[in-house]
Amino acid sequence: MVYNYYPGCTLSTKAKKLDIYARAAAKALGFELAELKEWQCCGAVYPLAQDAIGERLAAARSLAAAEDGKLVTLCSACHHVLKRVNADMAANGEICAKVNAYLGEEETYHGQTEVWHYLEILKREIGFDEIARRVKNPLTGRKIGAYYGCLLLRPAGVMQFDDAENPGILEDFIAALGATPIIYDYRNECCGGYLTLTDKQATGEMVGRVIASARQKGVAELITACPLCSYNLEVNALGTEMPVHYFTELLAEALGLKEEETACR
Amino acid sequence: MRKHIAATVDVARVAESVRSIPDVAFATDYRYMCSEGGQTLLRQAVKEHGLSRIVVCACSPRMHEATFRKAAKAAGLNPYLVEIANIREHCSWVHKDKEVGTAKAIALAKAAIAKVRLNTPLTAGESPVVKRALVIGGGIAGLQTALDIAEAGYKVDIIEKSPSIGGKMAQLDKTFPTLDCSACILTPKMVDAAAHENITIHTYSELEKVSGYVGQFEAVIRKKARSVAVDRCSGCGLCMEKCPSKKAASEFDEGLRTRSAIYIPFAQAIPNVPVIDREQCLKFQADKCGLCAKICPAGAIEYGQEDELITNKYGAIVLATGFTTIDPVRFGEFGYLHHKDVITSLEFERLTNAAGPTQGKLVKLSDGKKPKSIVFVSCVGSRDTTERGKSYCSKICCMYTAKHALLVKEKYPDIAVKVFYIDVRTPGKGFDEFQRRAVEEYGVEYIKGMVGKVTEEGGGLAVHASDVAAGTKIVAEADLVVLATAVTPSSDARKLASMLSASIDTDDFYTEAHPKLRPVESPTAGIFLSGVCQGPKDIPETVAQAGAAAVKAIGLLSKDKLLTNPCVAHVNETTCSGCLACEKVCPYGAITADYKQVNSKGLKERRLIAHVNEALCQGCGACSVACPSGAMDLRGFSNKQIMAEVDALC
Repeated sequence: MVYNYYPGCTLSTKAKKLDIYARAAAKALGFELAELKEWQCCGAVYPLAQDAIGERLAAARSLAAAEDGKLVTLCSACHHVLKRVNADMAANGEICAKVNAYLGEEETYHGQTEVWHYLEILKREIGFDEIARRVKNPLTGRKIGAYYGCLLLRPAGVMQFDDAENPGILEDFIAALGATPIIYDYRNECCGGYLTLTDKQATGEMVGRVIASARQKGVAELITACPLCSYNLEVNALGTEMPVHYFTELLAEALGLKEEETACR
Repeated sequence: MRKHIAATVDVARVAESVRSIPDVAFATDYRYMCSEGGQTLLRQAVKEHGLSRIVVCACSPRMHEATFRKAAKAAGLNPYLVEIANIREHCSWVHKDKEVGTAKAIALAKAAIAKVRLNTPLTAGESPVVKRALVIGGGIAGLQTALDIAEAGYKVDIIEKSPSIGGKMAQLDKTFPTLDCSACILTPKMVDAAAHENITIHTYSELEKVSGYVGQFEAVIRKKARSVAVDRCSGCGLCMEKCPSKKAASEFDEGLRTRSAIYIPFAQAIPNVPVIDREQCLKFQADKCGLCAKICPAGAIEYGQEDELITNKYGAIVLATGFTTIDPVRFGEFGYLHHKDVITSLEFERLTNAAGPTQGKLVKLSDGKKPKSIVFVSCVGSRDTTERGKSYCSKICCMYTAKHALLVKEKYPDIAVKVFYIDVRTPGKGFDEFQRRAVEEYGVEYIKGMVGKVTEEGGGLAVHASDVAAGTKIVAEADLVVLATAVTPSSDARKLASMLSASIDTDDFYTEAHPKLRPVESPTAGIFLSGVCQGPKDIPETVAQAGAAAVKAIGLLSKDKLLTNPCVAHVNETTCSGCLACEKVCPYGAITADYKQVNSKGLKERRLIAHVNEALCQGCGACSVACPSGAMDLRGFSNKQIMAEVDALC
């Protein structure tokens, strides 16, 4: 199976690990991520203003470029923006018409593409049971906390990713790799996001609470799908720290691909 | 806005324009047609003008058809020679422009005139009434209804799906606002019902099937195998004591303690006879053990017992299926699934009940210690317009939360108690005074604001909420968080509704025949509504409604015969082809088929012909629409009459 793949900017700079292990694991699990030929920045922040058309153009262009069916994303922020802009294109006639007027393509785009997160492919197309069978190095005994953040889950009605208040997909993923998922209260709280640019203190307190909550429950390492969450957790946490990995890194490790890291690169 | 008809319809002009239609002998307008004056006018007109048909242009026939049929009968006309043109709901209420409204009213009047020309006199038949009622549900609503019907001298059967009668009220500790002990006022009623000569109680039983119609229902009741002989068991309890399988969650204690596989749900249960939960029993699951049978002094254990089906006839059926509460797991932000000290209000009732799992000692479930602070959260799932919750107000939560808060403060003044609320709604006798007492005398802190998240901090919980009055975000410490979960109808409500053809709303509450004027009757004749199955209500309201439902049922049972609706389907046997398309669409099972000798175009032949059971037919007309040859027709709404109406309109 070959899926259209939208890596996003950060994955070729700061978050290379998120990308290379995802591609390697995909290969091992029997599917391929075919990078869109002409993708561009998703816009990074979903525009809340209804009349912000220019801010939706980049995302819409990438969505329209995925010709047949699914577009797979990996970065939480890209997934969030693409999924929400796609929902606008499908359900909001005014936005759809204006965006298409700017795009100037022959065919109009009205949200035909399905935006899937890599995790959703693992769960719904491959199956966590199948992944568990493919695991070569089970991560037995490792106490791992899933950090969802907010972008993947909310707004729940549009994202349709998981129960926004009590999600389970990452925990099921952790269990499939043979590790012990640990549920803690702050796993779906905000990391502070771009607030890090203007108020490091506030972000620090926010991720500090996340790490403290995880530690209290016995979490030894955190996994995330978001480069910005990962950055805030690693760099900004005040007076505390905890190892943070991308979920794909763990997947590659369990599938026995991590030793081939150089080859992956 | 609902206006008077004359506000958007020029009624004088309607009368004027139909006056010249052929066959119309008299037409007039009158302001209050349904009043005594209007009816007198109608009777006089029949006499003076020798009228043979009447068309009333007024409110919906649902509202006044019976009124005008009676008036016609009083004037010596067959009541089915009256037609109603609905110029209120179908016309004046939906139009703003008087010109448009008037034109439509004239058209509707013309259609009714075209139909009434073809009306034929119809005579209602009679059907006998079985003088026995069936009450579904053995909670306070069902018990009160059954007691009232039984006291009036009629036989009543109660069916209750759980092993004992008593319902939710049996689980409660105190009742608001008087703080009576719930069990102390309920158990005498349970005993009265069990001892009443006119009442038969079937516990651990469910309704399997219902057929028939008002006055003549036939119900099949499934008495689930109890595995214990009710007539031999003395209720000594030895079996429960010795049963080795003790891991099942007690339904009565909301899972706060475990029970044995053979169990009596609570001390005052009626009947005081255990039941074997076969899912939990080692004998049934692994063919081991059998201890209860060995030790039972009365030899009452019967592993071989099977479900029993009982068929009975009833004149009336009362739905009293009660409620359950919404699953707090749907609202992940409260962490009910992950924190032991986040509990529901019903769990709190059991936790503070002297007969409960802690003998009434208020403790944290996590460590058995007394809490220092408690936060109550109201409206969990109520007044919630998202798909997770219910948009309605559950009505009882504000009061029981005030009750819980006050009782905590009374017993443990040192515990800090906070209540988060959207609005405090306390209409009811003595209710507002009660809630104010909780605040003013007992120092319960009420905070207007919603809770966004409950987290674990240090050893206790932290409730993250908004304080709307202060305009701030606050974090309240709590050792115990109590969720006032929304009232939702019993999970079998929808299944029963379809079995009984009783209407149900989108929230699964049973619908009344009229929201104001017939609040305890279902639109389906002979089905009555008692208690929370119709909508959220507290105990006094439930008891009042239960009594009202009983009165309606008694009114029905007191009649020897009922008039049947003559507007039923009938078959033209010469044109019926026997395809039985009618049988497939009939929702009431009123159509059967027989081989019959018929005269068809001069030839005598024997073929399959549809047959309508007039007693079962409700006159819905589905069969007459489905019939390809037009052989099926509905009296009072014949194909010709409908076509005449359409012709008059087009």
